[in-house]
Formats: sequence, structure tokens, C-alpha cells
Amino acid sequence: MIRSIRRLAVVMSVLLIALMANATYLQYFAASSIRNRPANTRVLLEEYSRERGPILLGSTAIAQSVRTADQLKFLRTYADGPMYAPATGYYSLVYGATGIERTENSVLSGSDDRFFVDRLQHLFAGRGVKGGAVRLTLNPAAQKAAYDGLAGRTGAVVAIDPRTGAILALASSPSFDTNLLSSHKPSDIRAAYAALSADPKQPMLNRPLVMTLPPGSTFKLVTAAAALESGRYTATTQVPGPKELKLPDTTKVLRNWSGTACGPNEKTTLENALAISCNTAFASIGMDLGADVLRQQAQKFGFDTNFDIPLHAAKSRFPDILDAPQTAMAAIGQYDVSATALQMAMVGAAIGNHGQVMYPYLVSQVLSPNLTPLDTAQPSVFSQAMSPANAATLLNMMVTVVDRGTGSNAKIPGVVVGGKTGTAQTAPGLPPHAWFVSVAPADPGGNSSIAVAVVLQNGGGAAEVSGNKLAAPIARAVMQAVLTP
Amino acid sequence: MSLTAAAMPRYRQPTRRNTELALIAFAFVVCAFGYVQCDLAVLGHLADNTIPVLSAIASIALVAHVAIRLLAPNADVVLVPVALAINMIGLTMIHRLDLAEAQRAARNGTTPPSPDVYSQLTWTALGVILFIAILYFVRDHRILQRYTYTAMLIGLLLLLLPLVPGIGATINGATLWVRLGRLSFQPGEIAKIMLTIFFAGYLTQTRDSLALVRTKVLGIEFPRGRDLGPLLVAWFISLAVLVFERDLGTSLLFFGLFVALLYVATQRRSWLVIGAILFLTGAVFSYLAFGHVRLRVNVWLNPFGDEANTGYQIAQGLYGFASGGMFGSGLGQGYPQLVPYAKSDFIIASLGEELGLIGLFAILTMYAIIVERGLRTAVACRDVFGTLLASGLAIVMALQVFIVVGGVTRLIPLTGLTTPFLAQGGSSLISNWIAVALIVRISDTTRRPEPDVVALEDAMTQVISR
Repeated sequence: MIRSIRRLAVVMSVLLIALMANATYLQYFAASSIRNRPANTRVLLEEYSRERGPILLGSTAIAQSVRTADQLKFLRTYADGPMYAPATGYYSLVYGATGIERTENSVLSGSDDRFFVDRLQHLFAGRGVKGGAVRLTLNPAAQKAAYDGLAGRTGAVVAIDPRTGAILALASSPSFDTNLLSSHKPSDIRAAYAALSADPKQPMLNRPLVMTLPPGSTFKLVTAAAALESGRYTATTQVPGPKELKLPDTTKVLRNWSGTACGPNEKTTLENALAISCNTAFASIGMDLGADVLRQQAQKFGFDTNFDIPLHAAKSRFPDILDAPQTAMAAIGQYDVSATALQMAMVGAAIGNHGQVMYPYLVSQVLSPNLTPLDTAQPSVFSQAMSPANAATLLNMMVTVVDRGTGSNAKIPGVVVGGKTGTAQTAPGLPPHAWFVSVAPADPGGNSSIAVAVVLQNGGGAAEVSGNKLAAPIARAVMQAVLTP
Repeated sequence: MSLTAAAMPRYRQPTRRNTELALIAFAFVVCAFGYVQCDLAVLGHLADNTIPVLSAIASIALVAHVAIRLLAPNADVVLVPVALAINMIGLTMIHRLDLAEAQRAARNGTTPPSPDVYSQLTWTALGVILFIAILYFVRDHRILQRYTYTAMLIGLLLLLLPLVPGIGATINGATLWVRLGRLSFQPGEIAKIMLTIFFAGYLTQTRDSLALVRTKVLGIEFPRGRDLGPLLVAWFISLAVLVFERDLGTSLLFFGLFVALLYVATQRRSWLVIGAILFLTGAVFSYLAFGHVRLRVNVWLNPFGDEANTGYQIAQGLYGFASGGMFGSGLGQGYPQLVPYAKSDFIIASLGEELGLIGLFAILTMYAIIVERGLRTAVACRDVFGTLLASGLAIVMALQVFIVVGGVTRLIPLTGLTTPFLAQGGSSLISNWIAVALIVRISDTTRRPEPDVVALEDAMTQVISR
């Protein structure tokens, strides 16, 4: 019997080895693929059991995790959720994360490699890992001015520090309370999400970054820049400014919004054409320069490029192929030209920054769980869109727009402000989009410290005045918030 | 012991009971650390019941040890410490899950359920008491051979008990429970011991004819038709358990045990071949005939296919193992409570999650040690019945661990068996303590030194005395 017992012992050993081999497969080789299946709630519970790091403005948290009594140990709460929604995004049990919550998740959740030492300390201390913090570039006063200015309207505001590309304001209207989607009750979250999705005003749309609209007359800044850069135009160059311009090869006639010619003898200077937003003049200049020159200039300002700030911004577009009448329309920001508020703020910022376009960015600092700075954003140059001299000329022309042209509502006492209004036609029957792009201070030879783009979707009245009447006061308030605190 | 006997110098093998005590102490210290770690990880401080529970565990371990010193001083020194260690790990994990339940109750604002660790502790105490009782009453394992057919009868009755209307209860599709008032019991667990005794006794008597009388079929020697009878009976009973009680695990366990013991008794590999053929026939038949078997197989093949319903438990268990990974989350730091039946059927998944692959290997190794000590005792035993009984008990332990752990880790289809000494449940604990008691008894008898000449007088008086 002893022999058969020994043989049985061998069989038992084989069974044991089979169990161990299978367990090794399960817990080592296949572990991560099983663990990462969507139905595994452990990953989520694990994520929520860690104290997620805050999103900071200065030293104030606009998003932070507070301890709760339920199974998901921390609740994400947002101060002024609707105001900061385009930047923070939400952190939802059901719908995942958006905005900074998504792009900076590795930092906020504490899984970032930069926290290796912290994690090791926590491991030995036997305490839960805490997430790191993210500090944003937003200026609270500018953000509030932007968000309050948009109240009741549909639109977006972006403010940029021209010198660095730091985003000072990023506002969308109508907005939504991110707290609604970050609760711990899936049924509540689903209901809130369904309601927000069904809202025809699209409160969850991140307008400043993803809404592309025809920039209208604000695009004349790009056309003017191209004209100056061509070397064939100066601020005082006489340009054609008829009451009506018959577009070649078509029966279409382009008119000025004022219904009159832009100057005596249907001619005016480039500077004056910008100041009064003369359509026929810029259409003529556009046709004179050609689509390729306009496109190259637009691309130097950032058109046709994807920007991740780190939130993904939609690409602003200048059309690929244009005939002469289409070029004329594109030169005044119509036809298929489309831009985000971010892009138009970058145009204003470049003009205020001696022609240099800075990469826009939203995260100024990454901090460790105990709030020691680990990484500070380094501004970087995207392109030199125009020569410093031409930029100074164009900036000066923008000042004229505000001083005695269409942008009078952007005036700030004691500050030299440059601006440009815009009204973009949309579908027949719908009100146009009202734009305003501004930059300040705009003293000759000085450094501008803020550039703002405001767009009100279908918000304008019938005429060019709408940019000045509706959008310029918002831009002024944002600039004032930064310049005269 | 008489004075003369004590005074007489004679050679004694060292019993190494102090080694056993040291092993038990080590097991207790490890368990106590784990227990406290659960408290600290989940609560941040000691639970109110931690000190009393740990004291009770220590007392039970100590009592078991003292009983062995008195009742089975020559027994194997490793068996009981390892059994106690596994038992303690089970108590720790049940306590850890109690804490999770208390937390959930606190969150929902309901009253927390009474901790299951109390009832498990009570059953542990009862198991150890039975362990002692068996050592006390069964002074020599050969006595049990007299009860071969009684054991069979009791075993079969216990097996069929769940089918009796009124007391039988079907839980999760399997009718393997008996309910008497508030008490529920799995009689199959005790039947396991009874049938092992029966198989050992029966094969002791019949092994010669089973082994020697053969007919040749296709060049292979096969037993005679009439000798095949008992094997077929065992097969039919296994199938009956499967059909009427829908208990895959128990059915497989009994049949595997019987075939293995037949092989041990006769040394004829043909029994294994016949057994394997019968098993495969039964397996194919039950797959084709029974929906619940098909379901188990389908869930086994594709656990994530119907994850929300039929595959839920196994999928949750697999998530637990996968989340635990190599080193585990640490006691109190995982989410074993997400798995249904985390304290009983799936306790191995709870342990795999929190102790990791390393912890799982350690637990499997402890089972391997119990099985190895059982087989070693069987080999050392001088009588056929003892050898068969010890190897039978070891085989049951090994098969049961393989079936349940293999099922939970998706090596084989999941069946409803309890993890010996670990899983919550009284019947399982009791029957496993009985099994260990029997192996300890056989081991003690085997290693007992030759009786002294002087003891003859005592023996004579004992025979006469009433």
C-alpha cells in the first residue's frame, strides 16, 4: 500500500502545483487585464478612497475632496462650480472626468511618477496615498468679471497674458454646476446629466475652447497683419474703401455695415479702415494679398493647429482652397473661416507681445501632496507672427479703434486700450455673433499684460455696433479686473 | 502511572510536544498581528471585541495542546499547529469582513449585524472539544473498524437528510443543508468522515479479493463483475447526490475519495482507469442532463459573459484576486466584501485579495502540510485499517481544497464546497477537527512505544473491570 500512497502523494502534488500555477496566472500575469475591466468597482473605490488633490487658484481651492461617511470616502466639491466649469471639468462616478480633472488626473490622484517618494513614505507609514495639487493660471478677478459679464447670454471669454501665454480667464455661458455630476449618488448624477444634455443651450459645452465660429471683423486684425508683413502696406497706405464692392466672377456685392463709403473718393488709410471696420477695404486687401498669404498669416497666429492647454482646444480653421470672392469674404472673417475665442485672444495677445505668439497654458504649477511645488510651467514661443515693428503699428491701429473708432466701449480711464470689434453673419434669420478682441496696456514700446477675446453666440443686433455694445464692455471689465485691482 | 513504572529507566522517543507548543504560539502571534492589523487598517484603533476574541482563541489553542499532551502524547507535532493556524486565519478574515459589514451598516444608518466571528469562534471551540472527545474516547483507532457498516449507514442517512421535507433547505440551488429552527447544518460534511471510515473498513476486509481476482479484457486485467459492485454503488450514490441535491462538489469528492482509496488498498491502476471512465461518463451525462451543471460549466468557460447575473460571484472573486496581485492589498485595505459569500465559499478570494499571491501560496502550503502529515501517518501505520483511514482523511482534505480553491480561482468549474478550517460554517469546522483528531489518534497509536512488561497487570485488571 505504501507504494500506491506515494504515487497518490505525487498526484496530490500535481494538484497543488496546478492550483499554484493557476493562482500565479490569475494574480500576476493576467492581474492587470482583469483588474482593469470596466465592471471592476474596486478600481473606482480605490480611486475614491484616496484623497484627491485640490485644484488651486493662488492658495484658494476651487476643487477639493472632502471626507464623507459613505463607502466612497471622499466627495469632490467645487467652489463656484459654474464659473470654473470650463477649466476644472467634473470628476464623476458615472461619467468619468473632464477638464483639468481628466488631463491632470495622474497628479490629482497621486499616481504620477513625480510622487514616487511620497508614495513610498505613505507605504511605510501605512497611511493612504494623497493626491498632488494643480495650480491654475486663472486670475480670480478676471474670471469673475468674465463669467458675470456673460450672465444671461450665450458666449465665451478668454483672457491671456500676452507675455507668457498664461490663461487668465476661461468662461462659458450658460454653464453648469460641476458639483451635480460629482456627487456619490449615481441616480442623481444620471438625472442631472440627462437634464444638462437635453438643454438646448448646451450648458456643458466648453465654449471658449471648442466652439468655433466665424470671427467676423476681428479677423481683420489678421488681414491687417498680413498686409503690414507683406511690406506693401503701412498704417497710412491708401486703400480702396467704396460703399459697395462687386466681387469678381459673381453677382454678389459686398457692402459696408455703415452703408457708406469709408472715406472721401472711396479711399481711406489702412488705419482708418480698421478703425471703422471697413469691409470693402479689407476685402480688397485680401484679394490683393491672396488666399495663401492670408492663410500663412493666420497659421502663424495659431490657426490650423491643435492646442492642448492641457485641455484640448478645437482647431481654428482657415479654408484650404479659395477663389477670389471667397478670399474677399475670408479676409473679413466670413465664409469658412472659423475661430475659437482662445484663438482670437491669441491674435490680440501676439499683437500686444511684439508679434510673438506664446503657447497658451492653464496649469501654472504642479504641487506635491504636501504642497511643495514640483513643476512650474515654462512659457514657450509658438511663433513670431509678425515683426515687432509691424506689431507696434498694428497695436497702435487697435488703440485708434477704441479711441475714435468702433470699439469705444472698451475705454478704460488711465489705460491705453487697443481693440477690435466683430460681427459675424450666420444663417439668415439668426442674429450675428458679436466679437470683441482687445489688448492692454497698449502704450507704444510698452508691454501689454492682458489680451481678451469675447464672443456672444447669436448675441448681436443687426449691425457692427453689437461687438462694441455687447462684447466690448465684458472685455473692458475683464481687463479692468487685472489692470486696476 | 504506577511508581514502579516511573522508576524504571527505559528508552522513550522524544515526543517533541514543546516544539508543538512553540509552533502553536507562533501561529497565534501571526494571527494576532493579522487581527490587530485589520482593526488598525479599517478602524484606526482596536475593536472592542479584539482582546476578548484573541484571548478566547489563545485559550482554545492552549486547551487543544494540553489535551494532546495528555491524550495523544506521541502524535505528530505539526498537524494541530497547522490546523489551528488555518483556523485562526479564517477567524481573522471573518473578523475583517465583520468590520466591513459594521461600516456598511453605519453608512446606511442600520444596526450592525452581530459579528460572525463569535459564532465561528463558538464552532471552533466546539470543534476542539470534539477533537478532545475523540482523542479521549477513541483510544485506539482500530476500534472504529468495528463500526464499518454503522458508519456507512450514518453516512448515507446524513447524505440523504437534506432531502427530507421540512428540514432540508435549498440554498443557492444546492440542497445540502438541514435546518432545525435557527440552526442550519451541512450534514454532507459529517458524512464525509463517516464514509471515509466505512470505505477504510470495507476495503480492509475486501482488498485481497479486489486486488487478486482479475479477468482480462483487451489485454488489461480488470476486476470481476461482482467485485465491481461496491464501486458502482459509490458511483450511483455520487450521481444521486448530484441529481437530487444538485451538489456537484460533494458528489465529486466522494467518488474521488472512493476511487483513490480503492487504488491505495489494491495497488491496481485499473481501478483508477475504471474510476476515470465512470467519472467522465457521469460528468458528460450530468452536463447534458442538468441545466445547473451546464450553467456552472458555461460560467467557468466565460466568467465575464454574464457578469451581472450568473457570472457575478465568480467575476467578483476574480477581481479580488487580480486586485490583490502579488503582495495583496494588506489586511483591511482591500474590498473583499464586494464578493458574495466572502466569508464562506469565497473566503479564499478574500484572502487572495488582501494577502496576495504570497499569502495564498502560504495557505495552500499549510494544506499541503496537513495532507503530507496525513499520508505520512498512513505510511507509518502498522495496520491496514489505520493506513486506509489516514490516507482517506488526507485525500478528502486534498480533494476538497483542490475542488474549492480550483473552483474559486477558475481552474475548474465552481462547486459548492467549503474551504477546510477557513470558511465560515459550523459543520465544516467540526468535521475537519474530527478528521484531524482521527489522524492524530492514528499517528499517536503508531508512534506509541512498545508497552512495558509491567503494564500487563494493568491490562488484565482493565479487561475485567467494569
